[in-house]
Amino acid sequence: MKKKSFKMLLIALLAISMFLAGCSGKSSETSGEKDSGSDSGSKKDTLVYGRGGDSTSLDPITTTEGEAFKVTENIFETLVSYGDQDTTIHPGLAEKWDVSEDGLTYTFHLRQGVKFHDGTDFNAAAVVFNFERWMNGDEEKFPYYTMFGGYKNDEGHVISEVKAVDEYTVQFVLKRPQAPFLKNLAMSPFGIASPAAVEKYGDDFRSNPVGTGPFKFVEWKQNDTITLEKNADYWQEGLPKLNKVIFRVIPENTARLNALVNGEIDIMDGLNNSDEDTVLANDQLQVIERPSMNVGYIGMTTTRKPFDNKLVRQAMNYAIDKKAIIDAFYGGKAEPAVNPMPPSIEGYNDAIKDYPYDLEKAKELLKEAGYEKGFEIDLWAMPVARPYMPEAQKVAEVIQDSLSKIGVKAKIQSVEWATYLDKAAKGEFDMFMLGWTGDNGDPDNFLYTLLDKDSIGSNNYSYYSNDELHDILIEAQTETEQAKRNELYKKAQEIIKEDAPWVPLVHSTPLLAASKDVANYLPHPTGSEAVTNVEFK
Amino acid sequence: MLAYTARRILSLFPVLIGMTLVVFAIIHAIPGNPAQMILGQRATKEAIAEVTRQLGLDKPWYIQYFDYVNSLLHGDLGTSLRTRGPINEEIWPFLAATMELTIAAMLIAVIIGVNAGIISAWFSKSWFDYTAMVLALIGVSMPIFWLGLMEQWAFSIELGWLPTTGREDVRNPVSAITNLYLIDTLLQGRFDQFGTVLQHIVMPSLALATIPMAIIARMTRAAMLEVMKSDYIRTARAKGLGMFWVVYKHSLKNAVIPVLTVIGLQAGLLLGGAILTETIFGWPGIGRYLYDAIAYRDYPVIQSGILVIAAIFVLINLIVDLLYVFIDPRIKYTN
Repeated sequence: MKKKSFKMLLIALLAISMFLAGCSGKSSETSGEKDSGSDSGSKKDTLVYGRGGDSTSLDPITTTEGEAFKVTENIFETLVSYGDQDTTIHPGLAEKWDVSEDGLTYTFHLRQGVKFHDGTDFNAAAVVFNFERWMNGDEEKFPYYTMFGGYKNDEGHVISEVKAVDEYTVQFVLKRPQAPFLKNLAMSPFGIASPAAVEKYGDDFRSNPVGTGPFKFVEWKQNDTITLEKNADYWQEGLPKLNKVIFRVIPENTARLNALVNGEIDIMDGLNNSDEDTVLANDQLQVIERPSMNVGYIGMTTTRKPFDNKLVRQAMNYAIDKKAIIDAFYGGKAEPAVNPMPPSIEGYNDAIKDYPYDLEKAKELLKEAGYEKGFEIDLWAMPVARPYMPEAQKVAEVIQDSLSKIGVKAKIQSVEWATYLDKAAKGEFDMFMLGWTGDNGDPDNFLYTLLDKDSIGSNNYSYYSNDELHDILIEAQTETEQAKRNELYKKAQEIIKEDAPWVPLVHSTPLLAASKDVANYLPHPTGSEAVTNVEFK
Repeated sequence: MLAYTARRILSLFPVLIGMTLVVFAIIHAIPGNPAQMILGQRATKEAIAEVTRQLGLDKPWYIQYFDYVNSLLHGDLGTSLRTRGPINEEIWPFLAATMELTIAAMLIAVIIGVNAGIISAWFSKSWFDYTAMVLALIGVSMPIFWLGLMEQWAFSIELGWLPTTGREDVRNPVSAITNLYLIDTLLQGRFDQFGTVLQHIVMPSLALATIPMAIIARMTRAAMLEVMKSDYIRTARAKGLGMFWVVYKHSLKNAVIPVLTVIGLQAGLLLGGAILTETIFGWPGIGRYLYDAIAYRDYPVIQSGILVIAAIFVLINLIVDLLYVFIDPRIKYTN
């Protein structure tokens, strides 16, 4: 026993000294050295992207999560693609396309000589294979149905057939015209995967992605890093400019900024608005703005008293001071929302005037509605931070204060996120905070998805139902002439404004921060982008 | 001793069964529908109903429980709803990361804590004693979140000594064998990487060690004071033995039992309670794995994660119990 305890002590001392030696040893190395494994000498060619959460899958069709697409945008490409910083449609894997007069047949002429990362050819058969795979899936496998109205055997399914006309021509035949069809095809989930790899990996394709994109998948250390390397055979000459991209998870926004300041990462998203000044004051860093394509709103469940009364809902619109909220919690990096969709989207109605902040008018409306003495409600605040709602609890307090001025007592409530969405979908909230980031830059993706009666139970959390609006939205879905669609959506926004199921709050500008030497980083409004053109100065 | 060990191990089974029941019950007490979470915000009602059925969530609870235990017995921890990967494969890297962090933290906590406690006891009521105990009090009450960010600010941004977050230099990544990176780098003879991995573990393990270190210091001090009042220690000191011998040869052995208990409990707590540290330091450990699982209602991961942590907790306590007998033969275990 004696000897043992003495030995233990010696071991302990040895452990301490080893530990301390390790601590003080090579400290300069990590912070100083910024680029290893580079083969082009002194020029940096590895980009480390810091973000808040990990991907759930690397097979983009299996998920709806933004974090997943940040990575897959670099591995996969779609038939048509969005503009650098907007949702206009440009050639992608398809060089050009024709649309039949009736809007039912789309013929895509594919780019030739493109290869998947596993060396197999990209061609019409590959496109057909991918669509067959998705169309024959189900809700649990692929959320494909959300954009194309169902699966192969569903009545609502828009696509009747996808066929290879010749090796590089593929044709889509639709059952009815779908106006946002091309915009849907450009979405990240519809990146074309290598058929050989899908067959080889089966369900494991989600962690072994093979596409045609500028970067190839190398390694995924869950909740930590995802490493991609340059696709040397990429079809665009001279691209990508980087040799390696590493996506790294650092959940805490401030810690992520610390890592950026310390040079451990080169770029980060999810910069707190309150940290913007810190970044601007640092001459090694820059702030990059992501174009806004979101809306943060206060919903009112229109089937619950007192919000079943339109006048009460309008009164709420008069009672909330958006400007003050934006100045206090968005660092000015947001614009007050007037309509349920952001102005950057085609079909936005800029003739509509917002309800001004006017407490007297609000009281008047409440009186008219028979609620002169006010009422009590629960105000539900989101438990998580989103770009459109970075500090829900504090915003809720401001709203609570505003409402108290017109005699409405709001009790702030919250619950963990999954339950929050669940309860909202069941219409259990009086008044609640939520938001939406657009998928494809089409008005349908905001107005129909969030406010049509068809969406009650899923994303129409305010249970708002208006038949006139429904008819307009359905007509707009099949109308292929853009000018006519725009008119329909403008009309829809007027109806919504009048019925006021929401208090539209903000369209925010998400912020990124990067090291000064990061060049050509163009954030896309959908929230994910390929880093094909990014380089170090 | 052998009979005792055997008995002690046998007694684990009811505990383990109880654990599966509790884990199962807790999960089913939580409101909300996991199908909604899998499908996301864009899901339709029909889709949700379909997925609920596919997951067996519409079956009675006891059938779900038996299915669950049955697959556990086959070494199957289930499939993550969120990533759709098998949990028994997924969980190990997270567990390893947390184990590495916990061991480093416990090493710091025990070495500094025990010695600070001893010195405080020996020089009780001295300035050292007072300082150490005030520091320990501060340590116990320190919010890890704040401490972590302060460490980053001081050691990374101001001094530039240590990296802020993560387990490794991502530009020079470790190829995992056991997923315990300190061991992996040594196995591969990558001493440069061993150095950077060590640097990465310093701050999070210090932050994680703060609270147990303080508790262990206070516990050791109390236990040592108790022992040092006894006659045999008085005799030893009267013989003229130096502090080192009195403490490490005579007192510590008798003082160590309660300290060991605390160490065992703390080690178990750290395994599951490292979420905050893991979040601030971007450490891909089991705490965050579980946290994400909770946010996404990933039932199988929540269940298996809690179960694995609980099992390790039980195991650590078993080891502590066995160590008692080993250290102090006076302890006799009978029925």
